[in-house]
Amino acid sequence: MVRALLSGNEAVAEGALAAGCNFFAGYPITPSSEIMHYMARELPKRGGSFIQAEDELAAINMVIGASWAGARAMTATSGPGFSLMQEGLGYAIMTETPLVIVNVMRAGPATGQATKAAQGDLMQARWGRHGDQMIPVLAPSSPQEAYDLTIEAFAIAEELRTPVVVLSDEFIAHGREVVELREKVEIPSRRKPRDPSEPPFGSPDPRIAPPMPPLGEGYYVIVTGSTHNEYGYRDVHSFETHFRLVKRLVDKIRLNVDKLFRYEVLGDDDAEVAIVCFGSVSRSAKQALRMLRSRGVRAKLLRLVTLWPMNDEVVRRELRSAKTIVVPEMNLGQLIYDVQRLAREDSRIVAVNKVGGGIPIYPSEIVEAALGGSR
Amino acid sequence: MSVAKHFSRKYLREEVLPTPFCPGCFNGVVMNAMFKAMEELGIEDLRNFVFVSGIGCSSWIPNPLIRADSLHTLHGRAVAVATGVKLANPRLNVVVIGGDGDLVAIGGNHLLHAARRNMDLLVVMVNNMVYAMTRGQLAPTTPLGFRTATTPYGNFEPPINVAKLLINTNANYVARWCVSNFHKLKQSFKEALSEVSKGFRFIEVVAPCITYVVRYEGKTPGQKIKELREACVEVKSISEIDDVERRGKIAVGVFKKELKPGYVELYESYASRAREASQK
Repeated sequence: MVRALLSGNEAVAEGALAAGCNFFAGYPITPSSEIMHYMARELPKRGGSFIQAEDELAAINMVIGASWAGARAMTATSGPGFSLMQEGLGYAIMTETPLVIVNVMRAGPATGQATKAAQGDLMQARWGRHGDQMIPVLAPSSPQEAYDLTIEAFAIAEELRTPVVVLSDEFIAHGREVVELREKVEIPSRRKPRDPSEPPFGSPDPRIAPPMPPLGEGYYVIVTGSTHNEYGYRDVHSFETHFRLVKRLVDKIRLNVDKLFRYEVLGDDDAEVAIVCFGSVSRSAKQALRMLRSRGVRAKLLRLVTLWPMNDEVVRRELRSAKTIVVPEMNLGQLIYDVQRLAREDSRIVAVNKVGGGIPIYPSEIVEAALGGSR
Repeated sequence: MSVAKHFSRKYLREEVLPTPFCPGCFNGVVMNAMFKAMEELGIEDLRNFVFVSGIGCSSWIPNPLIRADSLHTLHGRAVAVATGVKLANPRLNVVVIGGDGDLVAIGGNHLLHAARRNMDLLVVMVNNMVYAMTRGQLAPTTPLGFRTATTPYGNFEPPINVAKLLINTNANYVARWCVSNFHKLKQSFKEALSEVSKGFRFIEVVAPCITYVVRYEGKTPGQKIKELREACVEVKSISEIDDVERRGKIAVGVFKKELKPGYVELYESYASRAREASQK
């Protein structure tokens, strides 16, 4: 077992390299740039490709092209770049292109506070593209998890032929902790069609991604962002083709929820107070949980590692006993919408919202919210 | 009685014919010039080619018409996607086909930077002078005074001279021909696919939209070809371009032809430096 002291950003890069990433295109942006620096240093000497793109639109599209040419490809960015990459993500969804995109969240909107942590891109990660779509979103809460979830993201991307978002934030990105690196990581390669008659854009079982023909091997694959049939031919008129395609693309993620949904539960099964959180805020939330329980409050913490697809059953079950639910977020309230949707009707849901200046949500603020006052 | 098959058919997907283009569309001329060049180069099938296009009428040339791997990408992003394809698999011949709106307006930044990098791509710009697929709006290449859906009183924005702009980048090859110069155009395709097969190669084809330019002018395709033939002046040196254009003519020719190493070659030597540095 190799142990290394890594920042969250470095851990993402190490995770990507362990997962066999051999293509990186990116554009400089705080607070994600160290991921790009790491890849710029490592990829050329390991036989991979690194390119600094002219903008984020180019970066995501280069990643898409590289993925079709057979590479394990990724990019990393932050809010403003993530906004620009939404267009490319939509194309990657529609064309079922495996790729990993890391968004190291900072305070927005617009340029906002480039060096300060935030969690305001949660809904953008879920809904940022136009049209009907869903992609997996994973949220690490430590450098260790940044490493593990980046590997996981590549595995999901390859298996389901989908973009996967790793939603980090500035606290994790620049926090430094000991990370256990794995000796060997095996991620199965994407499946090629057995022969050209096997459709590259259709699957009888929506939970299973169709095989992906790499470019340059004589498959004569037709890739388009327009609505297409299972062989890739454009069909921009028929209801059946469009509905079948987008339904399958969404079902591919949604119906794999059991496989994709990861979460952590700490504390009492029959808790009266539940804290629901994700990402770096979980660190304060865990301390708050200890404080509440030391005061004799039956409390639990539900930390979502996979944000989407959301496992409604699990969240409902875990919140069943809670009379009070605290939702601390470094934004003005985004995860809370799903908590409101899934919590008992008679539960009291308290938001703790704080963002800007690089000031974390303190454990005491979560405790205070749990015990009475609402902010 | 058997009918001889048109030579271009071996490069096309028979099942999607006829083409979706308007009757008389000059896209056919561009395709035939490219296919003729390929045939003369002895390219029997296109399994080592990847065609990348964006959004627009000419972006439908490769996808799904051409029997090859093709990516029909987002509006403006073809050059960026093509860059990713080339870097991930440098063995492939990557060809971008797109319109002036796609490559120069929404995709202008990517075009400029691919040329700066001397990226190993052949980019074919079919300059139809308008946004045709969206029904004839102003393009960055629309001539002054021209009436379009969005300049109903005549265009007052000076157009961009793309080929001239790209001469001043690191691009290896820059040429411009009109659809009336079929043989010269074919010759340029041959050069850009064989003699100068590395670095950034750009071929502009002046091919006015048959529906939103030629028909609006009240002309037939035949009349337009004749007019273009008279308007085109082949230059032997780039110093003649300005002079030709001042006379209201269209300067055509091979404006630039160099054999500098392309991005892929430069990256490979950079990577070997990286490996050496890490061994020290």
